[in-house]
Amino acid sequence: MNYIQFLEMRPEISLLAIFVIIFTYDLIARGKWRHYFHPITCLLLMLHTGICMSESYREIDIFSGMYYTNSMIGILKTILTGGTVLLVLQANKWLRSANTTHKQGEFYTLLLSTLLGMYIMISARHFLLFFIGMELASLPLACLVAFDKYRHHSAEAGVKYILSSMFTSAVMLYGISFLYGTTGTLYFQEMTSGIDGSPLQIFALTLFFAGMGFKISLVPFHMWTADTYQGAPTVVSSYLSVISKGAAAFTLMTILIKVFAPMIEYWQIILYALTVLSITIANLFAIRQTDLKRFMAFSSISQAGYIMLAVIGGAKDGMSALVFYVLVYIFANLAVFGIIETIEHQTRSNVSRDDCNALYKTNPRLTLLMTLALFSLAGIPPFAGFFSKFFVFMSAFKAGFWILVFIALINTVISLYYYLLIVKAMYITPNETPIPTFNSSKYSRISCVICLAGIVLLGICSFVFEEIDRISFGM
Amino acid sequence: MIPAEYYLVLAALMFFIGVFGFFTRRNLLAVLISTELILNAIDINFAVFNAYYYPEHLEGFFFTMFAIGIAAAETAVAIAIILNVYRNMGTIRLKNLKKLKF
Repeated sequence: MNYIQFLEMRPEISLLAIFVIIFTYDLIARGKWRHYFHPITCLLLMLHTGICMSESYREIDIFSGMYYTNSMIGILKTILTGGTVLLVLQANKWLRSANTTHKQGEFYTLLLSTLLGMYIMISARHFLLFFIGMELASLPLACLVAFDKYRHHSAEAGVKYILSSMFTSAVMLYGISFLYGTTGTLYFQEMTSGIDGSPLQIFALTLFFAGMGFKISLVPFHMWTADTYQGAPTVVSSYLSVISKGAAAFTLMTILIKVFAPMIEYWQIILYALTVLSITIANLFAIRQTDLKRFMAFSSISQAGYIMLAVIGGAKDGMSALVFYVLVYIFANLAVFGIIETIEHQTRSNVSRDDCNALYKTNPRLTLLMTLALFSLAGIPPFAGFFSKFFVFMSAFKAGFWILVFIALINTVISLYYYLLIVKAMYITPNETPIPTFNSSKYSRISCVICLAGIVLLGICSFVFEEIDRISFGM
Repeated sequence: MIPAEYYLVLAALMFFIGVFGFFTRRNLLAVLISTELILNAIDINFAVFNAYYYPEHLEGFFFTMFAIGIAAAETAVAIAIILNVYRNMGTIRLKNLKKLKF
């Protein structure tokens, strides 16, 4: 065994090093050094993003094909890390509040271990490594969901998340065991030649979809989403909604095109049904939500449906549309969740739509950012969200699913309605006692500015998409 | 030697008993035990496939070992969270988990 191979996994090693540094710092730092904990973590993570980016243009195939990375996977890792940096910036106020300040270190270490799990998950070319990565990505997340120990909601959300996560991953493993039984290997590459669409393999494919559908929260497997998002701390909800979802969607696409390529007509039918169900049902449920976090949960389910439009063709342009969609979605969704987080910190309770009434009068800049982010989520032209939706639709259209694209287009109109309900509440609805003017911390202001830049510029600067499109790979 | 089908039928039975228990039990710990049953069914499946059909490699056995380890970790986290629920509500009956609802 050649141990020097481990040195090739540089993003993972760098993340692990940061993990160890933060863990040790948490143990030994006392007094005023506790105060610098958050800035130091932010700096280390930014450094790590830089390392990821510089390491991304390499193609590596180690451990006899178990671990594989190329420039596309490297870019996705950079995007996920960048999203985590934004998230940690936003978490500043919550982490400094009285109930969590002594648990800061635990938050960072748990967050970084889920990130490491996602790295492994998207680089895995072997089902054992994939399974370990997936569990490493979801177990610490359960701890994070139940992080607010003294809040009833958090515990309830945590137990709902961990039990359904265990159940679905077990169901998925049962499917993988049948794949192993019929093909005799767990390597993706060798398994493809043994896949012939026998009934047992169709059964395995269905069970596999149950597990991944849970991670991406597609509709028949979405029941945990709204409860968990509402109960979890806001920072953790936004992590669940963008970063863990983006990694899982990419993994689903790689496994479908690498392993299940001979069964394409079967999984296209399944994906077709899942996409239509996710987009439509989530949109209809989102209309009747008043709690903003619950509302964002249903919005994220329907966005996951749109991401699946990119997967269904299984082609090269689908993959580039997927990664670009995840990139834009991270900026827009983190902006919305960041604003919910700051308002929540101000009112000290869950934010409902009525709380936002006439927010424009007291906090105009915050309202403007929220409006732009919601427009981007809905896909209104000058913003990045329009372009990402357009590319996703294009890739599904090229693959010949024009009825599906039509259904998705109708649903875009419905989604525009409920996003605009919030905009209307903020600008038009009169309110005697709006939330008073407040200043958010400078960390969350930095992250808001970055999100704003992402929302506005990503659509206009076409070289970003061209670069992603150049390095993407398909079936 | 016992035919492989016997083991596979046993694993399938355990799997579906686990699924049934997951949906019908009313106590959080019982729900947890049901998922453990499913995970054990998977371990049997992997070991049997490896021993009977592909004895030249050890992939299935390795998967079983890792699956056992990860199942233990999952159980530890789940029990910690269930303890948290108990501290907050004084009960672990499923019907009391109704603060978050449509």
